[in-house]
Amino acid sequence: MTARAVITGIGVATANGLGVDDFWAATRVGKNAIGPVTRFDASSYPARLAGEITGFEAADHLPSRLLPQTDRMTRLALVAADCAFEDADVRPGDIPEFDMGVVTASTSGGFEFGQNELKKLWSQGSQYVSAYQSFAWFYAVNSGQISIRNGMRGPSGVVVSDHAGGLDAIAQARRQIRKGSKLIFSGGFDASICPWGWVAQIAGGRLSTRTDPERAYLPFDADANGYVPGEGGALLILEDEHTARERGARTLYGEIAGYGATFDPKPGSGREPGLRRAIEVALADAGAAAADVDVVFADGAGTPDLDRAEADAITAVFGPGGVPVTAPKTMIGRLYSGAAPVDVVSAVLAIREGIIPPTTNVECAPAYDIDLVVGQPRPASVRTALVLARGHGGFNSAVVVREVD
Amino acid sequence: MSERTFTIEDLKRILLEGAGAEEGVDLDGDILDTEFEELGYESLALLETGGRIEREYGISLDDDVFTDNRTPRSLVTAINTQLETLVAP
Repeated sequence: MTARAVITGIGVATANGLGVDDFWAATRVGKNAIGPVTRFDASSYPARLAGEITGFEAADHLPSRLLPQTDRMTRLALVAADCAFEDADVRPGDIPEFDMGVVTASTSGGFEFGQNELKKLWSQGSQYVSAYQSFAWFYAVNSGQISIRNGMRGPSGVVVSDHAGGLDAIAQARRQIRKGSKLIFSGGFDASICPWGWVAQIAGGRLSTRTDPERAYLPFDADANGYVPGEGGALLILEDEHTARERGARTLYGEIAGYGATFDPKPGSGREPGLRRAIEVALADAGAAAADVDVVFADGAGTPDLDRAEADAITAVFGPGGVPVTAPKTMIGRLYSGAAPVDVVSAVLAIREGIIPPTTNVECAPAYDIDLVVGQPRPASVRTALVLARGHGGFNSAVVVREVD
Repeated sequence: MSERTFTIEDLKRILLEGAGAEEGVDLDGDILDTEFEELGYESLALLETGGRIEREYGISLDDDVFTDNRTPRSLVTAINTQLETLVAP
């Protein structure tokens, strides 16, 4: 029998909360955390809003040895990893080191660290560049640092497929559980609200240039005009269900029951985008019918063409208005590799509490035949949730999260 | 150019600035003869430390300075020897 991969610990950091309790207290009621960029002077840039994490002092949580060698995204990820261990009631060392691994996703890498060092290179010379530039801005650095700090030497790696990567990493973690690993850390963190990171995000062409925090990121709204980026993400501890039960795990938040990933056809081909197939593959993998799904956490790109493609895919599988759909990322912005892991966290908390967190600020355009949960949280019995994520360049991924009996 | 010396206090300051301090290691303790590795500094931390010493003191260190000098006392002596040759006529 194939091992079931269950979530037993969570660490999360977003603009509307550090830690599971704060995050969920804000998310369940639809607390907006998008505001003007404060991490640098963005007044001369076309995009000026972000979902920034405030009140995070890395030095309060991490040894000074780690500070000179870490980007902000890595510091957030390391602290989230500590929180996840605590939440799962596992201490590094409880499980043999080769039975624990780390598979995270990354979209940007350590842009802020890289910017500071490149600035030294150009303004002062190569001898001023930190030796830690040799890895601190790498995509794989979060996996590496979590692995080193916690003595996890089992299967590890990084997945890079923009937003979809957050789900692709969780699927890779599940594969490693099925191959016999006892515990795998998964999820993703990105945090590149710095001038260089900002320019790179603007170049993607999909950022909202609005300045009203409540009118800037409006997926599925007739007024959709791009997205607002945020920083943060989530880390999940996945364990084999039997291992988790044997050690008396405190909470089995949910099972990663199904996964599907597809790639879009060549642009201009006129063929259907791949999202519908990703959903169908994930449902089949979970042995679930469309009618079993109680809520869909949408990718929510916030541009009309991508919203249209997502609404069409959801309607094709579930029928018009056939399933509640929500995009709580409207509160915190799009987090790149961190976005989907945060949605998986929301999904398991929705299962636990029986409430669907709302899509904020949005009025669903009549053109979309979806049942978008807007404004207020919606009480609902949630056993099975579907999380969707798409990555720039054609990545589509879907994960089915199911309640553990 | 005035004569400069490199002290253990200078080394501790530069280590802290460039690489921080390992949990459970007290740099203000008796560390002169403790190997850098035991103090929690791996090769990259030492590379960063060497780069900072070079910048601050205007010297160029050999690639093997940290393999030849594995303790703070030995390194401080080696750097001072090099600083003396700088000011020598």
